[in-house]
Amino acid sequence: MKIDHTQPLEYSTDQNQLNILGFWIFLGAEIMLFATLFTAYFTLEGRTGSGPTPADIFEITPVLIETFVLLTSSFTIGLGVHAMRLGRKNAMLTFFGITLLLGLGFLGVEIYEFTHYYHVGATYQTSAFTAALLTTLGTHGAHVTLGLFWGLFIILQVKKRGLTPENANKSFIFSLYWHFLDVVWIFIFSFIYLKGMMM
Amino acid sequence: MEFFERFAIPHPSPMIYASMVAIALVSIGILVGITYFKKWGYLWHEWFTSVDHKKIGIMYLISALIMLFRGGADAILMRAQLSSPEMKLLDAQHYNEIFTTHGVVMIFFVVMPFIFAFMNLIVPLQIGGRDVAFPRLNALSFWLFFAGAMLFNISFVIGGSPDAGWTSYFPLAGNDFSTSVGTNYYMLALQISGIGSLMTGINMITTILKMRAPGMTLMKLPMFTWSALITNVIIVFAFPVLTIALLMGTTDRLFGTNFFTTGNGGMDMLWANFFWVWGHPEVYILILPAFGLYSEIISTFSGRNLYGYKSMVGSMVLISLLSFLVWTHHFFTMGQGAFTNSIFSITTMAIAVPTGVKIFNWLFTMWKGKIRFTVPMLYSVGFIPLFTIGGVTGVMLAMSAADYQYHNTMFLVAHFHNTIIPGVLFALLAGLTYYWPKFFGFMLNEKIGKSTFWLVAVGFVLTFFPMYITGLDGQARRMYTYSEETGFGPLNMLSFVGSALFAIGFVTLVYNLYYSFKNSPRNIGSDPWDARSVEWATHTPIPEYNFARLPQVASSEAFWDMKKKGHKLFTGELKEIHMPNNSGVPFVLGIIFFIAGFSFVFALWVPAVVAVIGIFVCMALRSFEQDHGRHINVKEIKEIEAQYEEVPGNEDRSHTTTRV
Repeated sequence: MKIDHTQPLEYSTDQNQLNILGFWIFLGAEIMLFATLFTAYFTLEGRTGSGPTPADIFEITPVLIETFVLLTSSFTIGLGVHAMRLGRKNAMLTFFGITLLLGLGFLGVEIYEFTHYYHVGATYQTSAFTAALLTTLGTHGAHVTLGLFWGLFIILQVKKRGLTPENANKSFIFSLYWHFLDVVWIFIFSFIYLKGMMM
Repeated sequence: MEFFERFAIPHPSPMIYASMVAIALVSIGILVGITYFKKWGYLWHEWFTSVDHKKIGIMYLISALIMLFRGGADAILMRAQLSSPEMKLLDAQHYNEIFTTHGVVMIFFVVMPFIFAFMNLIVPLQIGGRDVAFPRLNALSFWLFFAGAMLFNISFVIGGSPDAGWTSYFPLAGNDFSTSVGTNYYMLALQISGIGSLMTGINMITTILKMRAPGMTLMKLPMFTWSALITNVIIVFAFPVLTIALLMGTTDRLFGTNFFTTGNGGMDMLWANFFWVWGHPEVYILILPAFGLYSEIISTFSGRNLYGYKSMVGSMVLISLLSFLVWTHHFFTMGQGAFTNSIFSITTMAIAVPTGVKIFNWLFTMWKGKIRFTVPMLYSVGFIPLFTIGGVTGVMLAMSAADYQYHNTMFLVAHFHNTIIPGVLFALLAGLTYYWPKFFGFMLNEKIGKSTFWLVAVGFVLTFFPMYITGLDGQARRMYTYSEETGFGPLNMLSFVGSALFAIGFVTLVYNLYYSFKNSPRNIGSDPWDARSVEWATHTPIPEYNFARLPQVASSEAFWDMKKKGHKLFTGELKEIHMPNNSGVPFVLGIIFFIAGFSFVFALWVPAVVAVIGIFVCMALRSFEQDHGRHINVKEIKEIEAQYEEVPGNEDRSHTTTRV
């Protein structure tokens, strides 16, 4: 394995560069995936049948908590990657750990939010609007859940095997994924919740 | 007993029971045969766990050919059922299932794996590389495709096939009107193989962008690789739409959501839009690699470089953009109003422009060339006029006002077969014949190949051209019978005769594989067609690492430059070569995905959950795995290279070129 020391560790081998480009292309596909979900949501948000409307069920408090927690986690993983580039393994692991804890907090609030919807009569089967809402939120939430496991595995590997080019590559790609989930959340926050509460 | 009743076929007929027995016997026969000849170890080590792009390509190819016969059997049954009025061969339900599976099998499980076969076989060689960017992901793509294909095919004998058309429009495909599990099979089988396609897309784009030989800039890519690059970009942007549409269709059917239902706010047209936002780009996913193959073949057998290289690339880019802007033309009659229809009419007709550019480029490539009418060239020359007719009827269909007459008639069926068969199928058969010697070490017999071409071409014309007439006369598609008074009988009989010729053509193709395997000479060298681009610059059979030294490229026809202009393709010292290790995980994941899909089809939640957990466990294991591949050292390379007698580009070609 040839290591090019003029590059940051995560770009330092040929395979690492391939992995990063491949992951960017994957994120392109993910953008299409969420774009399709948003299209479905915007088409169906007014089609509530006999069920509740967006304004009936949205609550600002949990949504704001989720937003602050997730945006902060995007900041901390940025600090983690910065620490990684400085070669400070422990600082990096700490920031990655904080990121995952914040992700877990986000997920907890989202689960509370879903039970709230269930109790106010907005279930998966209620209407086209609730199906589109819960599928969009659920797909994002499933991504976060997967990310929690993925991030945990990366922390364990960095801890055990150190900051190798391979581990740095994995950590960097994971940070791309995490930032992407944050970007998607900004769209969800603005165009699903805020728009829904103003209608 | 109640548990097992769900697996019964809802509309049994003797034909289905006969196929059940046949499938069981063939499966048992294969298993017994492999065990008897002690080939399990060979299959496992050399094929099932292989991450070699060439072997994966060959597995795609074999699967596609087998599925071609499955889809072809459906086609023959349809033509036989319609060959005369009030035919009693199939009942309405059985006919519905057959036209549905014919469409799905041909698009997803014949043409897609066929083009993936060519991409896998040729792209790494054409860019002078050693494998794709992510070899193990590549194996996973294949096994997911294979799992999806098998899942779809067992619907025929377990639980019933889908019957809502290959477009699976809601509300017809919803629980109210499609009560069997058939449509569940559709949703899940396509989801699984679609994930595989998406991963191939990512893999191929990364490969082409990052792994090209020294000197090969993007504008020096051989044309097939260009077509593969653009196709894979379309795949990456189109397939996620299908993923979501299928997810919603699945939850509608299994969990009672209301995306596409007619109550509680559901919107059935949302499915139609999503389906075609994926489905129309899919058409170009099929045709662009075919265009790439024609470009390679026409230029080789005209003895000239490809005319208008830049405009070829430009027109493909333009086609890929336009392909996302035309989807509404699939349902002009479904009420979007004159303004929307007009816009989509114009974008649709606009696609004819870049396509026309390509047609003229091929003609100019042949102009003043010394054309050798080999089998691949015959298909290419046959393609140009036949495809142009399909294109012209496409422009007719693009006129939204006139479309009210053509919509859902046999005219449409004639049109899209007229583009897909000469456009895609001819290219695949031409490519098969053209690249066969590179991968199998012997040529296919030219004489039998020519009779295959004529049978397929004449069979195609006789089968589909009568449909233009009956379609304009008002024969609707997807109707399982018609009355004597309609007068459709004679032309439908002609179609049936044509489809029989078509079928005989495929029998000759299989015979050709057998005959050539037995009789063709093996001393054909590495460049039997006197070809032009780098994939022919390696030995036959191709060594595992493709090229001992990476080629130094200065044009899109570097091999031709080497042969005729003294270009030095391979220079420098041999170096150690890094290769990926085999892995059994993709195969195991294929099986787990199959089990997961099957369990979801029948709403068996316990195995479904177990299988999904199994998928995540495989992913977790992969995360912790350390696999740095292996190295082939210089001594081993020298030993392998010494086994080959000829040097590519210098051999005597008299035994192959004199025959044509």
